[in-house]
Amino acid sequence: MAELYELTISEAGDLLRAGKISSVELTRAHIERIRAVEDKVKAFTLVTDELALRQAQEADLRFKRGDTVSPLTGIPIAIKDVICTKGITTTCGSYMLKDFKPPYDATVMERLNGAGMVMVGKTNMDEFAMGSSTEHSAFFPTHNPWDLERAPGGSSGGSAAAVAAGMAMGAFGSDTGGSIRQPGSLCNIVGLKPTYGRVSRYGLVAFASSLDQIGPFARNARDAALLLQAIAGADTHDATCSPKAVADYSAALNGSIKGLRIGVPEEYWVEGMQAGVVKAVRDDIERLRELGAEVSEVSLPHTKYGVAAYYIIAPAEASANLARYDGVKYGYSYRDTDDMWEALEKTRQIGFGQEVKRRIMLGTYALSSGYYDAYYKQAEKVRSLITQDFERAFERFDVLVSPTTPSVAFKLGEISDPYQMYLQDVFTLPANLAGICGVSIPGGFSDGLPVGLQLLGNAFAEDAILRVADAFERVTDYHTRWPEGLV
Amino acid sequence: MIDRETVKNVAKLARLAMSEEEIDVFGSQLSVILENIAILREADVSGVSPTSHASRLTNVMREDIVQSSYPPEVLLANAPAQEENCLKVRAVLDGGES
Repeated sequence: MAELYELTISEAGDLLRAGKISSVELTRAHIERIRAVEDKVKAFTLVTDELALRQAQEADLRFKRGDTVSPLTGIPIAIKDVICTKGITTTCGSYMLKDFKPPYDATVMERLNGAGMVMVGKTNMDEFAMGSSTEHSAFFPTHNPWDLERAPGGSSGGSAAAVAAGMAMGAFGSDTGGSIRQPGSLCNIVGLKPTYGRVSRYGLVAFASSLDQIGPFARNARDAALLLQAIAGADTHDATCSPKAVADYSAALNGSIKGLRIGVPEEYWVEGMQAGVVKAVRDDIERLRELGAEVSEVSLPHTKYGVAAYYIIAPAEASANLARYDGVKYGYSYRDTDDMWEALEKTRQIGFGQEVKRRIMLGTYALSSGYYDAYYKQAEKVRSLITQDFERAFERFDVLVSPTTPSVAFKLGEISDPYQMYLQDVFTLPANLAGICGVSIPGGFSDGLPVGLQLLGNAFAEDAILRVADAFERVTDYHTRWPEGLV
Repeated sequence: MIDRETVKNVAKLARLAMSEEEIDVFGSQLSVILENIAILREADVSGVSPTSHASRLTNVMREDIVQSSYPPEVLLANAPAQEENCLKVRAVLDGGES
């Protein structure tokens, strides 16, 4: 048999329920894997090995007693450090929150704990989820398991790297402009951003509240379906969370996409894209056609405004959300003065890193008197146009496909210009603006580095994109490959 | 495009103290970002209403039922300074006690 850490969640679940392995064994295998490779990958801000073993013992008791179990009972999972975990440090990758212990669990944590998940640790991220490389973590960058000199993507880079390196069987992250899909793409795993309102944001530390969604990382579509199933659905703590019934995602994976209408947005092929990415994704699209999908081009004409609209709206919302960090209620507090304003301003100067400050400044500027109409209002109108592009496209198509990112994983330190880093999100952020769902799946390799295939679905069509992902995985082996040289 | 005075003014609005060096760096970085974002103005938005959120819901209501909350000591556990179950802040007005 393969190493226990190489199993998928559904494989391990079968073995657990059949009594062939225990959750303690499975969890120990992951803790040992963390001991072996974490020094190189640096995916975690906190490894919760003692908690994990306790939870594993509880899970084993549930199996032994014949209690109700879920597909996640006893499964080792990693949680992005932006999701509140009661009594367990939740840093958001920020010096501001380096000692913050939330008094409550996020709704997704309540559901996962109820399901009997085993939490192996909290994962590294760009500070407050702002970034595409994890280099903006206040603590350390995470390294891509496929090439340790390269970035794993971000902001949920720690979660992606943990799954890609076998340190967790699945993970959760958050996606505001691509922060699940882009690292999923760069680390050769599945990363899914649900429809806005499919998953509760209660207990997700806010970045841009109209865009943020929590979603899963997994090694295949089947596992992603199980992870999403566990967290999706209405929550009285989040009024933006939809009361719409949750689909049965695993049941949607029937392997058939015959006759499914797949659109290829012509604007999602841009100048300067790497040839290896273009080739891999073109081949992937051919594969979907061979599987019986009806593939044709579609235009999303306002795509060219996406980055601009996003980088007004997201920083504007961030500037308002991050006003709460005042050194009074929680978090870092500058104490060396008796002056209230000085304390406030120095708390924020010292507590926040450069990218966070940059976005607070950008957002504050866009919302300030005299610029509000030209920037913020205009961006909100463009957001409507981008949403309408998708609405029209989904009248004719079930799923849209594109590359997830214009390039494969870049080297740590390679992208120093902030705006160039923002372009990492060019194909992912329109889905956040429109509130639709999207998933990045392993779509091939370019010079040995993973290429992600993005599947976009209409609002609440997670079942459709997962069905395509699963059908694609049945005829490809990209998702089964492991990074070599990571011993 | 963004001069030092504008940077200082925005930093004040955002309540961010800033070193002289930061003022220069943010000034030039924000200028580059805003130049790239200027394409927004080319979009024809006549007759388009703004989208402020992507949730497909309006006016979510619930029953107004009293529910228990957290005890003060739990909510204050992360507070840098506290006294008698209250957050302790520095004097807001001149002449006040600190």
